[in-house]
Amino acid sequence: MIYNIPFIAVAALILIGLYTVIFKRNLIKIVIGITLIESGVNLFLITLGFRKDSVAPIFTSNPDVSQTMSLPVPQALTLTSIVIGVAVLALMLSFIVYIYRHYKTLDVRKVVGGDDE
Amino acid sequence: MSRRDFVAVIFFAVVAVFLIFGALKMHPFGPVEGQDGFDAEMDDHIINNAQEETGASNTVTSVVFDYRGFDTLGEATVLFTAVAGVILVFRRLKK
Amino acid sequence: MSGMSKIVKTISNIAFPFVMIYGLYIIAHGHLTPGGGFQGGAVVASACAMILVAYGSVWTMGKIKEKRLSILESVGAISFIVLAFLGIFIITEGVFFKNFLANTNLMFGTTVAFQSTAANINTAGVIPLMNFAVGLKVIAGLFAIVLVMAYATSKIKEGKTK
Repeated sequence: MIYNIPFIAVAALILIGLYTVIFKRNLIKIVIGITLIESGVNLFLITLGFRKDSVAPIFTSNPDVSQTMSLPVPQALTLTSIVIGVAVLALMLSFIVYIYRHYKTLDVRKVVGGDDE
Repeated sequence: MSRRDFVAVIFFAVVAVFLIFGALKMHPFGPVEGQDGFDAEMDDHIINNAQEETGASNTVTSVVFDYRGFDTLGEATVLFTAVAGVILVFRRLKK
Repeated sequence: MSGMSKIVKTISNIAFPFVMIYGLYIIAHGHLTPGGGFQGGAVVASACAMILVAYGSVWTMGKIKEKRLSILESVGAISFIVLAFLGIFIITEGVFFKNFLANTNLMFGTTVAFQSTAANINTAGVIPLMNFAVGLKVIAGLFAIVLVMAYATSKIKEGKTK
């Protein structure tokens, strides 16, 4: 079980982010929880592309080119995922500023519209 | 503890059980070629042929811009849409 | 938001060209070392955000309107799409996104042998040109997001209660 620590870290990150999205009331804390879930998914994508005793897949100034290299395709997909996370975060924060101007509060139970309990 | 909170706790517990069970049953970190059901045929082709076909010594950049350039086009579109949306929201807010 | 003191402005003036040169180095050498268009664009956008924080958003919006940043971002996106379409039209039997400059003797087209560790910048075909286009797009886009958010919230706070 000691060889599965990155996967356990991925599960912990996603669970902490999910807890923050479900059980917190402030809108900014919910956005932070969404960012935590995205970080967990990016870490999972990179962890899938590692082989035993491998180095980075770059040939420039590499002292030993006959060593095995990591898989380059998951790293490229993670790059795309990080940029999409930044774009979604910018749009969410601008919507929060708009909501605050209209409702004068950041509590998500009052903004949604009355199904409190 | 209202009914909505009860359903939320049940849902969170189910997702937690699935994630932790999946994390413990994955293949060990750092699999060896051939064992653990690991097969990297496409990536081995990219590592062995990227310098001759594209001329780039950085295989990650050659995957992002040459072998999978269409995904980069989609990513550039998402970035452009996000910037357009942010400027649109704040133009209406400034009046 | 208003600017900061004189000491912060002086140090930002000194540090800004160094960070910008470092970011442009990461963009330009994207086919040799780890990096590329997106990573280098994020570094240069951080330098521009440092200038925005030091001088205040009202002064920066007076110097750089967001219309010019939109034009820069559109130029980057359009040149990326034009480079992708040139793969169809220039060579015979071309496809979308074909690397039509690699392994020829034109602009960026020196051949590279397998497992060579020499870092020659004159290689990799159309990839450095795409790096420049995407880097320009990311710089203009991220700087426009930060500038518009800072300027609009400062205008809201100074007494326009709706």
